[in-house]
Amino acid sequence: MQRATMDLWVGLFVMAGIGALLVLALKVGNLGTYSANDSYQVTGNFENIGGLKVRAPVKSAGVVVGRVTDIQFSTKTYDALVIMNIDSRYKFPKDTFASILTSGLIGEQYIGLAAGGDEVTLKDGDTIMKTNSALVLEEMIGKFLFNKASEGSGSENSDKN
Amino acid sequence: MVSESLIEIEGLNFSYGQRPVLKGIDMTMERGKVIAIMGGSGSGKTTLLRLIGGAVRPTSGYVKVAGEVVHKLKRDELFRMRRKMSMLFQFGALFTDLSVFDNVAFQMREHTDLPESMIRDLVLMKLQAVGLRGAHELMPAQLSGGMARRVALARSIALDPLLIMYDEPFTGLDPISLTVIGNLIRRLTDALGMTSIVVTHDVQESLKIVDYVYFIADGVIAAHGTPDEVRRSVAPFVHQFVHGEEDGPVSFHYPARPYAQDLKLEGSFA
Amino acid sequence: MPRRIVAGIQSVGHRVIDSIWRLGYASRFFLLTLIKSGTSLRRFTLVIRELYFTGVQSLIIILVSGLFVGMVLGLQGFETLQRYGAESAVGTMVALSLLRELGPVVSALLFASRAGSAITAEIGLMKATEQLAAMEMMAVDPIARVVAPRFWAGVISMPLLAALFSAIGVYGGYLVAVVLIGVDEGSFWSQMQSAVDFRYDVVNGIIKTCVFGIAVTAIAVFEGYDAAPTAEGVSGATTRTVVTSSLAILGLDFILTSFMFRGMG
Repeated sequence: MQRATMDLWVGLFVMAGIGALLVLALKVGNLGTYSANDSYQVTGNFENIGGLKVRAPVKSAGVVVGRVTDIQFSTKTYDALVIMNIDSRYKFPKDTFASILTSGLIGEQYIGLAAGGDEVTLKDGDTIMKTNSALVLEEMIGKFLFNKASEGSGSENSDKN
Repeated sequence: MVSESLIEIEGLNFSYGQRPVLKGIDMTMERGKVIAIMGGSGSGKTTLLRLIGGAVRPTSGYVKVAGEVVHKLKRDELFRMRRKMSMLFQFGALFTDLSVFDNVAFQMREHTDLPESMIRDLVLMKLQAVGLRGAHELMPAQLSGGMARRVALARSIALDPLLIMYDEPFTGLDPISLTVIGNLIRRLTDALGMTSIVVTHDVQESLKIVDYVYFIADGVIAAHGTPDEVRRSVAPFVHQFVHGEEDGPVSFHYPARPYAQDLKLEGSFA
Repeated sequence: MPRRIVAGIQSVGHRVIDSIWRLGYASRFFLLTLIKSGTSLRRFTLVIRELYFTGVQSLIIILVSGLFVGMVLGLQGFETLQRYGAESAVGTMVALSLLRELGPVVSALLFASRAGSAITAEIGLMKATEQLAAMEMMAVDPIARVVAPRFWAGVISMPLLAALFSAIGVYGGYLVAVVLIGVDEGSFWSQMQSAVDFRYDVVNGIIKTCVFGIAVTAIAVFEGYDAAPTAEGVSGATTRTVVTSSLAILGLDFILTSFMFRGMG
């Protein structure tokens, strides 16, 4: 095995390996997408974040426009403080609605932004004022049962009358 | 001209764990001589070489090479001393992934800054001295036992050392190769002014070429002298060894119970 | 009777102490290898030569295995996912399984059995034929000249081989799912890209691979250097390399996975 041939094969091998790494990073993973772009940070307070996790997507009209970067508990307002990065390409009005939605019926949760009509747009560090918390399944069931129960006693009352 | 001793060994003791291998060895070896160390298998001959080379440290006593106590040397001093010594291992110990040429050139490339053209000349010269210049492109796997040992010899003289130690150089060779190696050892020692220590149990070959002989048995020096003195010796061990007698101080039978007892001829043995 | 129990406990104790002693000896050897790596850097041709023998010559087994693993993942994935109507997620499944677990672990296991055992055998044979002793007598440090280049070649090869394994595995899954079965090509790739996160999945996989590479190669060079200089010694050493490496890979995988993939939140 001549030195030159060996060097050639080793060089090819190393290049192929690095190439594979690049393929994995770019084509299979999502390195080429959001993290390369600039983003600005906004926050929102939610009564209940449900199953929302860090790195969940922020979508508007179904398109991913940002990521949740941090979730904290605010001892000032005793609710959840969600910090998210939004791609600088997309500007949202100050009265945008932020809701916590679920993809599919039992899928992962994400933040959906519904644009309002304000002319002033959100800047880096701003807070979204209008928020809708997550729908928690147990509370919904409890409410449903309570409604059903009061409906039943209401009709009883009207029957008695 | 007075030749001083290259090697002085005094009160050398060495043990493998609890088992003593060498007990109180005293030796002097003069420059420019070929000295044989003989003894039965496992008598500590190879250990002696390793002590001289600094591969192991003595339990007590010392080995002095060119005036320096070997086991007291620091690592880089030891490495410098090793460049003046060479060892020829029993089966050559050639580097199997390098060609004959690269094997001989190994030390030159590692320890000197000589240009490749000069290295090439030197390597071919060394191979010529052992008669294998034409084989310089072969790989060790393609060499016979005798040829491999000759290449190893060329490798050992690559940097013109002061001392070469040969570990059983005659083992397993055909009669022609035996003579070739024996003559090479003598010729190179004289031509290069080196000192050679030959560890062997091939009595006939070595007595033809050496200047002095040491016999080691049971970890001590049983006898020593010139080849003529050894041949004429009547000391039982030397006599048995030199004349290849079956039984003597080194007994034929391994220690065992009485024969009759083993064959269950005498009553019960429980 | 009690004497036999005592003797049994004593031998177990001996063996535990021996293993601990050996572990200490191996760690010291590992540190020595790292310290003496200067020669490997200065004479990089030594490392390149070893890269050829460990990396390039492992390519075939890695690529073929990766392809087959990816294809099987595609088949099995499709078969299971289609029961929930989620066949289009097959790309995600193949990619995540490979990047997070199968890529690093399987390629490390293959590397250990092919390249690791070869390294052990080579060093062990050099010891048995006194080549290492000869080198020492020539004032050339065998650890710097023989052991360190092989160590670094292994450490460099492993991530590259694992990346090739995962990449060709994803392609194998693509072949089976899209080309053979007929899952939609667009949703195959898009679902994969949205589910695979570079920092979380790819980088963690690479970190695992590097750790495995260090562990496997360190074990391989140590067992070779420590082998008894006989035929049985070398064959026992190669067996120990493969067994110890495999256990180390699986154990480290568990530890790393529990650190890295602690659930998404």
